[in-house]
Order: sequence, then structure tokens, then C-alpha cells
Amino acid sequence: MKRVVETKEVAGQNPNYLLAKFQDLVDWAVNSSRANSLWPMPFGTACCAIEFMATAASRFDFARFGMERQAYSPRQADVLICAGRLPFKLAPVIRRIYDQMPQPKWVISMGACASTGGIFDNYAMVQGIDTIVPVDVYVPGCPPRPEGLLYGILLLHKKIKGESLFDRVRRRDEQPLDDRGLRLPPETIDEISEPFGNSVHQFRSA
Amino acid sequence: MNPSVDALRATFGSAIGRALESCGDTIVYVRGDALLQVLAWLRDTPDQRYDYLVDVTAVEYRDRERPLEVVYSVRSLERRVDLRVKVELDPEGDLAVDSVVPLWRGADWLERETFDMFGITFRGHPDLRRILMWETYAEGYPLRKDFPLRGRFSRAEQVRQALAANPEAHYSMEELSIAEAYGELAPEMKERLRRGERGKLAGSE
Repeated sequence: MKRVVETKEVAGQNPNYLLAKFQDLVDWAVNSSRANSLWPMPFGTACCAIEFMATAASRFDFARFGMERQAYSPRQADVLICAGRLPFKLAPVIRRIYDQMPQPKWVISMGACASTGGIFDNYAMVQGIDTIVPVDVYVPGCPPRPEGLLYGILLLHKKIKGESLFDRVRRRDEQPLDDRGLRLPPETIDEISEPFGNSVHQFRSA
Repeated sequence: MNPSVDALRATFGSAIGRALESCGDTIVYVRGDALLQVLAWLRDTPDQRYDYLVDVTAVEYRDRERPLEVVYSVRSLERRVDLRVKVELDPEGDLAVDSVVPLWRGADWLERETFDMFGITFRGHPDLRRILMWETYAEGYPLRKDFPLRGRFSRAEQVRQALAANPEAHYSMEELSIAEAYGELAPEMKERLRRGERGKLAGSE
């Protein structure tokens, strides 16, 4: 706990009581429980899903980070891991899965294709799943190694532990679709769908 | 050169166009109106026996003068011989050929894919609708040469249309494999299926 106000020693023992703000104490308890027992909903569409499986299996084993149980029902999941490219035909599917997940929920975009469309800059592919659902952690790589995904999961832990029940600003709202059926303004979607649009304004030479 | 070409010429005469050999495969051009008879003859004649339809696809060349080609790859499993039959279509004209589903049931999805990607209509196909792109896809036929790589609409419009699509509407009732259980479905499910239903179901309506 970072925001402990005061600890006291009594009779030469180790600190055996502490003073903290009630809000911080509650946030610490809630966020630690949430971060350390995430239930992932895997949405694997391509080779990233193979690395995802390796991450789940014994050698890397993300159960060590509290993801003991994979939720194959979105209604029992905390974190959606999109592993692989997302064609436009699957866009309503991942949106529905996201909508079915109960709050609080987080999204990890695993790999280049899920994050930006990757090499598939064509008519059939969503140019980054952040045009469809809000994303918390982007894991780069093609595909990312299991260490990369684990690092992304640890970053997500960090993010969750920084949230506060009492400060709504620091928590992400659900971000429903607007009346056009989009999550973001159309100009923003066009902008981030450009080649390298998620990073800088840079065009391919060809 | 595959001897079937000479046999075809002897039987169908002027309906058979030029023939050539490419990478060990024989390609024979056939007039569109004779296609169904030619393929039926190749399949059923005892010394031909091209019983297996490997693929149906199409080609559009970068040279705009050249016609579109619909390609049928047939194989005789018993004789171990391949033959490629092509039909030329005028890109300015009516892009339509006869469906070969009456000959090979497996041509169903192959022809749907060719329709989806090239916009070629297969006359007499039992359920000709898009198979790779969703059914309300409005941007055209992606493998045509005049189709831009990133599609015709802006990315935002593509996202909007994709999110507005109904995932259940991609499948006909047959594909959902519940045709026989239809009577036992909840009314709400029936309604959803009715909205997404495009294929024909034996005994309904």
C-alpha cells in the first residue's frame, strides 16, 4: 500500500497497526482482488492465439498471475484478450462479447493485427480493435512471445491497481455505441486507420 | 496434350475453343452456352469419367481487353487425369454462366465464393449469396481489378456498417443445422431466423 499515512510500533515489535485513509484502504482491497484474480476471455483468431495458448500452458503459465480460470463465457469474464486479426465480419461479434461482459472489464489487444491491422491494410480487416471496443493494453509483436503477453498482463495489473472506486474520472466508463453505431467519432476512426495511424502520421513509401 | 480435348472437339465441334498446355495441365476453352453439356459429358462418358470437381474460380487480367475467365478444374479419380475448362466472359456484358451444382453438389460454395469475389452470376444456383463477405456488404466485388485494395468506403463507414450487421444473418437455417428442430424453437428464435433467412428450406412456405 503506497498511501499508508502512519505506522506505529508498540512495545518494540514490528509495526502492528497502520493508519490510512478509508478510501485508500478500500481501493487497495478491491483493486488487489480484481487485479490478482482476472478471468480472461480469450478471443483467438490467428497465430497470436497459439502464443496465447503457450502463455496459458505450463511453461509460462499465467495462472501464476491470478488467471487460473479462463472464462469461455463472456458473462463470467473480466478481461477480453483479442489474440489475432479481426475481420470486419467479426466486428459485431467481438462488440457483442464485450457488451456481454459485466463491469468492471478490461481489454488486451494482443499483437500487431489486433492493435493496428498489421500487414492486413485491406478491405476486409479492422484497422485496430480500438475502433470497435476500448483497449487498455496493447501488446506489440507478430506474434508477441508469451513473455510479451505476460508483461502486458502485468501492465494491466498496474493499471487496475491505480483505479479508484471513489474517483470516477480514473475509471473508464463503459463507452457504449453512439447513435451512429460507432464508439469513436468517424474522423478519429479514419485517422487511426491510416497506415501507422496508431503511432505517427507516416505513410508507406509505395 | 490431354486426349480429352480431341474427343471434345469431335463431339461438340465449334463450341470448343482453343486449347493449350500450361505447366503440364491442359486448358480448354468452352463457349458459355455449351458449358453444362460439356461438363456433363466429361463426367458421364465412360472413357472420360472426370468425376471430381476440384475447384471453381475466376480470373480477371490486368489487361482490360482480355475477358474474364471462369475456371473449372476437373479430375478423374479413376484415371488420374486432370483437365481445366475455362469459359470467357465479356467484362462489359452480362457476367453469367450456368451453375454446375446439378452436376456436382460440391460446386455450391465454390460458386458462391466466385460470385462473392467477382460478381459472376451462376444461373440456376440454388442459393446464390455472398459467402465470405457478409450479405449486406455494399462495396462491390473485392477481387475485381477496379476494386481498391482498402475498399470503396472510408474506414469509419466500414466500421459503422460492420457493427450494424447482424451476425446471425450470415447463416441460412440449413447451415445452423437446426432445420429439423425448427418446430421446437422459441418464437423469438424463430423470428430471428426468419429475419436472417435467405436459403430455401424443404417443406417451408
